[in-house]
Amino acid sequence: MTMQGWLRSDGRKGIRNAVAVAYLVECAHHVAREIALPLREDGVHVIGFPGCYPNDYAQRMMEGLCTHPNVGAVLLVSLGCESFNKYGLERVVRASGRPVKTLTIQATGGTRASIAEGRAWVAERKAELDAMPTVDMRVDELVVGTVCGGSDGTSGITGNPAAGRAFDLLVKAGAACIFEETGELIGCEHIMASRAITPELGLVLEESVAKAAKYYATLGYGSFAAGNADGGLSTIEEKSMGAYAKSGASPISGLLKPGDVPPRGGLYLLDVVPDGEVRFGFPNINDNAEIAELIACGAHAVYFVTGRGSVVGSAISPVVKICANPETYRRMSDDMDVDAGRILEGKATLDEVGREIFDLTVGLGRGGRTRSEELGHQEFILTYKSFEPIGPSCLPAVA
Amino acid sequence: MTEDPRLILLDPRDNVLVVRARIRAGDVLAVEDASVPAEKDVPLAHKLARRDIRAGEKILKYGAPVGVATADIPAGAHVHVHNVRSDYTPTYTLDSQKGDAA
Repeated sequence: MTMQGWLRSDGRKGIRNAVAVAYLVECAHHVAREIALPLREDGVHVIGFPGCYPNDYAQRMMEGLCTHPNVGAVLLVSLGCESFNKYGLERVVRASGRPVKTLTIQATGGTRASIAEGRAWVAERKAELDAMPTVDMRVDELVVGTVCGGSDGTSGITGNPAAGRAFDLLVKAGAACIFEETGELIGCEHIMASRAITPELGLVLEESVAKAAKYYATLGYGSFAAGNADGGLSTIEEKSMGAYAKSGASPISGLLKPGDVPPRGGLYLLDVVPDGEVRFGFPNINDNAEIAELIACGAHAVYFVTGRGSVVGSAISPVVKICANPETYRRMSDDMDVDAGRILEGKATLDEVGREIFDLTVGLGRGGRTRSEELGHQEFILTYKSFEPIGPSCLPAVA
Repeated sequence: MTEDPRLILLDPRDNVLVVRARIRAGDVLAVEDASVPAEKDVPLAHKLARRDIRAGEKILKYGAPVGVATADIPAGAHVHVHNVRSDYTPTYTLDSQKGDAA
């Protein structure tokens, strides 16, 4: 069961040893992408924030991602006039013991010079990271997240409950597991609250779903895409009941907001809906926004359950695609890591597929790669949001 | 309990069955004690009424309410956005936009 990981100064271990090239405004995106290009297939990942106005949430997300255990070195790519606090971000990364450099395009002399300087720096860091020794890593040191996307009527019957069984196995082994998307838990709030380890946390869980219901009602749409209906889902609460199954059956230990790292093993809900008045638009403009938030909470890997057939992966952490629908699996098997539709066809049980997902997860720490990694997927998106810090009843006491 | 292998009952409290293999129009379905011909093709993972459902009744799936019937739905009929609405936010579809493109 032992995995191999890279030890970071905060004691966390990574199952990947990536160089992150982070643009700090859209104007620096092309240069960042070009810097990463020669080593794109070799663990150099592009992340970034497109906005020119500062935002505390985006700053915190970038700090969490640049000091993620799967990241070994960070190149920040600034145009030069944007408002993002690059000095603060560089300080946080440096304090974590990682090599970091800020490349400012306006000072470096434009596109060509910046790409050349950035590529040279990245190649040197990559060589150092490749020579870095690994250490033994246990399952209880893992953080795993889960999302569903492109859901259909099979998701809640096969893929989501199978991911939930894998979560149960991970939590039992001491790992931290994070499920999310309070907008897709509308209708499940009371059942979910009854699983909280304290009554105070139960109230917080109910409040988080009430906040999501109000937020989406103001925007006029639920967290529901047209394809969900094509796939047999009729309402947001029907989609919610299926999505809720991803959480498995463990007690719920805490509530996180994007960038909060679980203090110990157990099952956590990630609240991705902004606090306060409705600003900046939809809480989850697409699945990758949620995946990035799970990763900012320290997720080493993310389970992605799909019925209609999503193809995405992510920068920083591997995405394990669990296909709920057997017809979709036959059409898109190259993109899928797990064929959970076998459950619908009576060829496997939920427990068998849950165990398969668990084993595959451990395998990611022993040299295994996901289909989306093999195909070069490194989607990433980060937009504006605003959050209040989590309250005192959100996290479990740490012994 | 339904014996039809093409349909799943997820919870004994449910008033819908989930389609586990594509149904063709005219296929005879065993819904509870009755045999009902399918009114139309029904894709994988869509829902059929397990019994007659009256307008205003809750739709129960996984043993939980997942919406309200907006019309009377006879046993064996397709239960979906044309006869169910959410208790929370309206369901968005592209059905009216598809035209010849679909």
